[in-house]
Amino acid sequence: MENVNAAEFKKHHVRKYILVFVGLMVLTLVTVAVSYLRLGVEAAIIVALIIATVKGSLVASYFMHLISEKKMIYMTLILTVVFFAVLMALPLFHHADPIVIK
Amino acid sequence: MEIPYTVNARPDSGLFNAKMGVWLFLASEVMLFGALFTTYILLRVGAPEWPHHELNVPLATLNTAVLISSSITMVMAWASLMMKDFKKYKMYMGLTFLAGVGFLIIKGIEYSHHILAGEIPSTNTFYAIYFTMTGLHGVHVIGGMIVNGYFWGPGSKMWKTEPERFTNRIEVAGLYWHFVDLVWIFLFPVFYLL
Repeated sequence: MENVNAAEFKKHHVRKYILVFVGLMVLTLVTVAVSYLRLGVEAAIIVALIIATVKGSLVASYFMHLISEKKMIYMTLILTVVFFAVLMALPLFHHADPIVIK
Repeated sequence: MEIPYTVNARPDSGLFNAKMGVWLFLASEVMLFGALFTTYILLRVGAPEWPHHELNVPLATLNTAVLISSSITMVMAWASLMMKDFKKYKMYMGLTFLAGVGFLIIKGIEYSHHILAGEIPSTNTFYAIYFTMTGLHGVHVIGGMIVNGYFWGPGSKMWKTEPERFTNRIEVAGLYWHFVDLVWIFLFPVFYLL
């Protein structure tokens, strides 16, 4: 914990947190509104996941301070992202080698 | 024996130990929920039909707002300690805890509607994965509330003796809480909107 000046801290951080909060609320309403449009399944999935990713990035970057974190944490998370991507790609094997029940 | 690096950063990583520890834990949590998201994809792709807007969207939207609000009150609880304002910390941490209670009540209402309508995990793969993932998320909310409740109540005594260490504790409790919020940000569109 660094020694911080309350007024400086408020100016730099608190306003940012409030802006992020407003952004998250607006994006929540946008994603709900979009889900009522009659987009195709693919387009709906892409739009919803893009909005969720933007919201998630806002939470991780500002509330979890990842925007200015130490290298050690970035290294850990890069490794996590790689393994997560592998995990998400697993269903593709299902397409490559389908089990066909006759 | 004194526990090292509870306040000061380790010279090699530049981090106090609890922060590194909680991030490693969160990395394992990413894999836990990741495996279930993969399961969801497999079940959905393999299903002949998948429900659209069958769950209660307005209630879940409200719950999303509640959880996002609890994230800002959590970060404000930590920010209050950074600004040496313990009274505000108590207020924001109390609000975070209450938002957790609110989230669980709303989720409980949803669950009871489903159960009364006979929609239970054995109904179909949609309800199976829905109850599994939202249930596991709910357990995480309860876990976070136990920690937050402790730091709001008896655990807050540490502020008087070791304020810097206490502030660090709230920061790592916050990291976990924001992660729980982050998981919901993905669960919400996946189950309710798509």
